[in-house]
Amino acid sequence: MRKYSVFAIAREALRGNTGWPEQWGSPEPKKSYDVIIIGGGGHGLGAAYYLAKEHGITNVAVLEKGWLGGGNTGRNTTIIRSNYLYDESAGLYNHALRLWGGLSQDLNYNVMYSARGVMMLAHNVHDVQVFKRHIHANRLNGVENEWLTPEQAKEYCPPLNISKDARYPVMGAALQRRGGTARHDAVAWGYARGASDRGVDIIQNCEVTGIRRGRDGAVTGVETTRGPINASKVGVSAAGHSSVLMQMADVQVPLESFPLQALVSEPVKPVFPCVVMSNTVHAYISQSDKGELVIGAGTDQYTSYSQTGSLAILQHTLDAICELYPMFTRMKMMRSWGGVVDVTPDRSPILAKTPVKGLYVNCGWGTGGFKATPGSAHVFAHTIARDEPHPINAPYTLERFRTGRLIDEAAAAAVAH
Amino acid sequence: MLLIHCPYCEEERPEPEFRHAGEAHIARAENITELSDEEFERHFFIRSNPKGIAFERWRHMHGCARFFNAARDTLSDKFLVTYKIGTPKPDLSGEIRRK
Repeated sequence: MRKYSVFAIAREALRGNTGWPEQWGSPEPKKSYDVIIIGGGGHGLGAAYYLAKEHGITNVAVLEKGWLGGGNTGRNTTIIRSNYLYDESAGLYNHALRLWGGLSQDLNYNVMYSARGVMMLAHNVHDVQVFKRHIHANRLNGVENEWLTPEQAKEYCPPLNISKDARYPVMGAALQRRGGTARHDAVAWGYARGASDRGVDIIQNCEVTGIRRGRDGAVTGVETTRGPINASKVGVSAAGHSSVLMQMADVQVPLESFPLQALVSEPVKPVFPCVVMSNTVHAYISQSDKGELVIGAGTDQYTSYSQTGSLAILQHTLDAICELYPMFTRMKMMRSWGGVVDVTPDRSPILAKTPVKGLYVNCGWGTGGFKATPGSAHVFAHTIARDEPHPINAPYTLERFRTGRLIDEAAAAAVAH
Repeated sequence: MLLIHCPYCEEERPEPEFRHAGEAHIARAENITELSDEEFERHFFIRSNPKGIAFERWRHMHGCARFFNAARDTLSDKFLVTYKIGTPKPDLSGEIRRK
């Protein structure tokens, strides 16, 4: 791998940029691997990267049915934060946040992690109480999060309307300063380049159509559109299609797949310095480095694999944005799109071994998986390599829906998160 | 936006009048206290989540307010049929499942 540096840029500038190598190879699939990861998004590619880097397992293939990062990795609103209520969530999301901080250096790839702060607005007494509880719980877990008065919130984010006459007045805000955004495509590409350099085969346009099991029930490989491939360990990291894949191995998972839409405006000069979320009015917004306002909200109401959703959802989202930021009422929206998000009953992921020997799953991230990418990939690689969970993901079992030991962020956040 | 045919109102109405109400044809066990943990998990948490034809409940919230069932293709989001609560699952074996 050619290291990216200022010297490399200077050298290539003099040579007319003819010397840049491919960032990752596109090999034909081999007959057999030690580990197959299904899903070439950030989580899957990251797991392959950490398998190679931290566990010395390099005979690995990542199978992607489309193109790298073309699923939810490329379809989210790139928000990063870790201010979750429960201990288990704080552990997992804060693990990810720590890794975000050094990810560009680790990968030698600029993932454009920008700790511009994530602010969550409180609009009523209940919001104030809930957010203060979150802040206290976060502090006990070593997660940075602080309370701002409306005036402090306005100072942090000048476009905010804190007038007492507003329909949904801002009564304060919770601010996580280390939260922010990152360039989603670069996360997938950076992990792909790092994994490929360490010997991982990245195979695109290769859809898994079956999971093969031996007489003892253990995984022996997968069927794909490019032929069968053997492996004694298979990790499913396929977001909205996870339940479809798990059913190929006769494992029932408590997932439902919903469309989640987002949209961007025309690009404008810098107007919005941070990420602001409002759970009550329900919309979130930030500004990309290109200048587009990146806007999202909740899922559509029905299950779907169509990667599209209803216009009514976008309209509702923009109603909320215009209510909170009247200055954006004349902005033109440029593009909207949808992803398929796999939602668990408690809105926490499943990151675990399965009842099938050699089959592992990383799914159920619902509407909030991007922020966890490095942490999730890191502990998923550990789970696959050691055949046992990392202490951080040990609570995220498939069995918790049987035992009742849920991690109920659905109740904690009151909205999808 | 979906246009949904309410089998009670007998007309097509826009999606915002309706609430999706989860998978259809899941009968609540009459002996729920006697279910094993596995059975309760299957009843309470596990859903079929098909990529293809889904049977689901809808409620005409801002119309007649009644629940009804529907068969919908989750790949195209197209409704195949809507039918009244209490009528059996329609036989859609003739429908070609798109892969």
